[in-house]
Amino acid sequence: MNNNPFNDPGLAKRHRGAWLFKLYTKISIVFTLAFLSFFIFDMVRTAWPALWQTYVQVEVSYTAQSVKVTRKAIDRKYSKIVSRAWLRTIPQQVKDKPELLGTTQLRWVLADDQVDQYMKSHHHNLKSKQIKIVDDLVSKNKIKLDWNDIFLSNGDSKIPEYAGIQSAIVGSVLTLLVTMSIAFPLGVMTAVYLEEFARDNYFTRFVEVNINNLAAIPSILFGLLGLSVFINLFGLPRSSPLVGGMTLALMTLPIIIVSARAALRSVPDSIRQAGYGLGLTKQDIVKDQVLPVAMPGILTGSIIGLAHAMGETAPLIIIGMIAFIPDSPGSIMEAATVLPAQIYTWAGMPERAYVEKTAAGIIVILLILISLNATAIYLRKKYEIKW
Amino acid sequence: MKSNGENIKLVARDLNLHYGDHQALQDINIEVYKNKITALIGPSGCGKSTFLRCINRMNDLIEIVKVDGDVVIDGKNIYDKDVDEVAVRKRVGMVFQQPNPFPKSIYENVVYAPLKHSMVKKGPESDELVEVSLKAAGLWNEVKDKLNSPGTSLSGGQQQRLCIARAVAVKPDVILMDEPTSALDPISTQVIEELMLSLKERFTIVIVTHNMQQAHRIADYTAHFHLGKLIEYDTTSNIFDKPGNSVTRDYIGGLFG
Repeated sequence: MNNNPFNDPGLAKRHRGAWLFKLYTKISIVFTLAFLSFFIFDMVRTAWPALWQTYVQVEVSYTAQSVKVTRKAIDRKYSKIVSRAWLRTIPQQVKDKPELLGTTQLRWVLADDQVDQYMKSHHHNLKSKQIKIVDDLVSKNKIKLDWNDIFLSNGDSKIPEYAGIQSAIVGSVLTLLVTMSIAFPLGVMTAVYLEEFARDNYFTRFVEVNINNLAAIPSILFGLLGLSVFINLFGLPRSSPLVGGMTLALMTLPIIIVSARAALRSVPDSIRQAGYGLGLTKQDIVKDQVLPVAMPGILTGSIIGLAHAMGETAPLIIIGMIAFIPDSPGSIMEAATVLPAQIYTWAGMPERAYVEKTAAGIIVILLILISLNATAIYLRKKYEIKW
Repeated sequence: MKSNGENIKLVARDLNLHYGDHQALQDINIEVYKNKITALIGPSGCGKSTFLRCINRMNDLIEIVKVDGDVVIDGKNIYDKDVDEVAVRKRVGMVFQQPNPFPKSIYENVVYAPLKHSMVKKGPESDELVEVSLKAAGLWNEVKDKLNSPGTSLSGGQQQRLCIARAVAVKPDVILMDEPTSALDPISTQVIEELMLSLKERFTIVIVTHNMQQAHRIADYTAHFHLGKLIEYDTTSNIFDKPGNSVTRDYIGGLFG
């Protein structure tokens, strides 16, 4: 046996060590995947019921009296069954369609959230009398779970069955538009200056250190800065996407600057040399040769910064974007809320119906983040310049 | 060496260059002849590339570099206050050691700088310039059907000829070449050497090379740098056959370097 020239008694132990090391890495990935899939599974499971909403079929009488006192439009026994929010729309319905007045219609109308929760077999606090009415409706096929389009078409509401995420989506979009239109040009230009133009001296090194530190500052401090500068000093409207976007832009700037600098630095210097050798100016070289090569990297970094800004809540709480906003903001100067703030608000609501809405809101924000990241990957692949 | 004023393109006078505290060039005096190939030889770190980069003021890009003395091209010192270094680099083109085409198409590589210099307009004028320049670089037949493919898709030797075409397209007077064939195989090297011989009809060429045979084959004049000094400058045949300086003799004989 010992005539094997490759015999090394120590090797078995080393191989065992290597095998163990590999095992540790595998265990880690299993744990990571388990946590992730548990999180996603739980979210989807909780959010699933929010896709459906209960509707009941009742007779609605449109009279001069029921327009004034809307609860008179339906049979008294249904007063806890039909959504208060739906009843409140009766005057508007009559205003839109005056011919309704004086008629009685058999209509599918939005049910109260407690009925909805009962239908979804969740915890509810219906009284036995009301349960009997609902069961009766069920047996007559006068109650159904239908696709919940209210969630995407409505703003927030204190009446759970009427609450939707639309105003938060619009608020988020407006806020991020402000953020990007400020942070992207500022960030890229700063990075270009620091990478391509700045001389290496104490001043630029000081600026550099501070930008890197800025990326590590707790985000809530940016909120305080936004509050004291944009709202108190400049007098801009609080809770507005303008102030929120500017605050998030401050927070996103260092991320964009750092990633744009890395992208610019990865452009080989030989390209710049080639440009100088042809008598091109620095502007020609940076604008037409260096930036196009760096652009995929810059875009990727910016989109990651954008995704970061989108999920940010703390600084926006400080500047008042956590307020109850039932209507979508029409401009960047109006009060608005954003997706994570909306989720935070719902998570604190006592009604059971908000639990599924919270989860559904989380799914919406995750979907948007995933599509942002997918866009980043797509842009990188599409505009990547191969050497 | 006797000089003939008519045929001198470029003169360096008492040129000194410091990298911070380190003196890289010391009292360089040289006259480079028009439409000739001048080779700069010497061991690594002797200052030949540094001197080459003085001729188009590329050293200005390095903050710590300080240049004293004159480099006179066509009677004008390019280090005068009223000379813009960008204009100098347009008249004095450069080809680098590693082929470095722009990350753009072959066509755009050639035409980008002339468009920026407003030498041509987009359209037929540009097309013609691209064809003429690529022909001058001996690349036209190989790439005429794929002018829109990326410059980086070519082989190393072709990329280097593309870089030469790009330099030629700006119509400079002088072309500087910094070890243009050191990253290439012998066949591509031979192609580029033949190209240089054909280009000297129109341009004054200064080339830095580590390859003695290359200097011997193509250069009309050879300058030997050693430790930041120009220690011998003469016709190539004189330098190689009867070097006057013992250091040159040793270097060419392969004793060090």
